[in-house]
Amino acid sequence: MVTKERIWELMEEVFDPEVPVLTIVDLGVLREISEVDGTWMITITPTYSGCPAMKRIEDDIIEKLAEHGIHDVKVENVLSPAWTTDWLSEPGRRKLKEYGIAPPVDEIDKSVLFADQPIVPCPKCDSKNTKMISQFGSTACKAHYQCQDCQEPFDYFKCLK
Amino acid sequence: MSALFEYLVRLGDDSLILGHRLSEWCGHGPILEEDIAMTNIALDHVGQTTSLLKYAGEVEGKGRTEDDLAFLRFEREYRNVLLVEQANEDFGVTMMRQFLFDAYRKPLYEQLTKSSDVQLAAIAEKSLKETKYHLKHSAEWVIRLGDGTDESHERVQTALNNLWRYTDELFYTDQNDVELLANGVIFSSEELKKSWMEMVKTVLDRATLTIPNNGWQREGGRKGLHSEHLGYILAELQYMQRAYPGMEW
Ligand SMILES: [Zn+2]
Repeated sequence: MVTKERIWELMEEVFDPEVPVLTIVDLGVLREISEVDGTWMITITPTYSGCPAMKRIEDDIIEKLAEHGIHDVKVENVLSPAWTTDWLSEPGRRKLKEYGIAPPVDEIDKSVLFADQPIVPCPKCDSKNTKMISQFGSTACKAHYQCQDCQEPFDYFKCLK
Repeated sequence: MSALFEYLVRLGDDSLILGHRLSEWCGHGPILEEDIAMTNIALDHVGQTTSLLKYAGEVEGKGRTEDDLAFLRFEREYRNVLLVEQANEDFGVTMMRQFLFDAYRKPLYEQLTKSSDVQLAAIAEKSLKETKYHLKHSAEWVIRLGDGTDESHERVQTALNNLWRYTDELFYTDQNDVELLANGVIFSSEELKKSWMEMVKTVLDRATLTIPNNGWQREGGRKGLHSEHLGYILAELQYMQRAYPGMEW
């Protein structure tokens, strides 16, 4: 008998194709699982509007459930409430750092134009002496930083609120 | 044709054409970080286009998808403002065009998060978060270039002088908006212009740039009357779907 709990468990095995240490549960991209007339509705939300990983995540969800004999599945994409880095789970933050990506730190609103950049500790040596190289990094969700102490260039999973 | 469909296409086409323009920088950025920044911003715009045109297709109810709308209309059916189709020229021109647009898009999305249309409000809520990053990026470059060397100052001042004539159109409103305004789907463009002007003045001031003194303004894009640029953009944008109808990859 397939239960909602079982499906959540299986979703812990679906990874973000761009940050493959994070599951869609860690990321907070998976919003809801429900059953309507025998069909499992899986609700997800994109991190960024143009995130090219979303289609892949949809396919991976369907494939993962099919592997376990669950075929009556619909994946629904919702925009509201809009995804925020606050939904990144604690284990998710830890895994990011171990992977070499600095997890999001609390930032003031981007609408404050002339604010200082947030202090982002280096994921390798924990130094706070780091510098932003670019607000835009290898994917939409990341910025590019460099550690001024150990010199490590690293990605920062930037805050989105 | 419904007023909401028309409105969504106007917004969607702004993102589509600006996203396309920015993507032309791919592999040509002045430095690697800016190459990546502009293509990331392009991607956000293409993503916003997807949301807006997908919803437009649903509102229209004729079974057109976001791809049909993006790739299979004729030039006069595109409703983007003239500003976004203007040529990239140099990096300074591109950043000035971007700044003038971002300074409008951010307060617009702020307004639309309160729209009585739930789906439009959701798209605005999602897109606003990205637009804040875009504005921060373009405003910082306008300041750095304006308050930079003599040469960079002169180039962005010229860019501002040339692009200023396309800014009134950002606040264009016509008969199409009447019903939407009355139903609380959209909000006053006068309020919008006030927020925009405030932002523009603050940033240009810091950038030591001067708003040009000519009152001449151009419009047409919202009615499908475009500058010569759009034809060239569409020739490239639509090529694959015109040459191989229905192709996917
Ligand atoms: Zn370090």
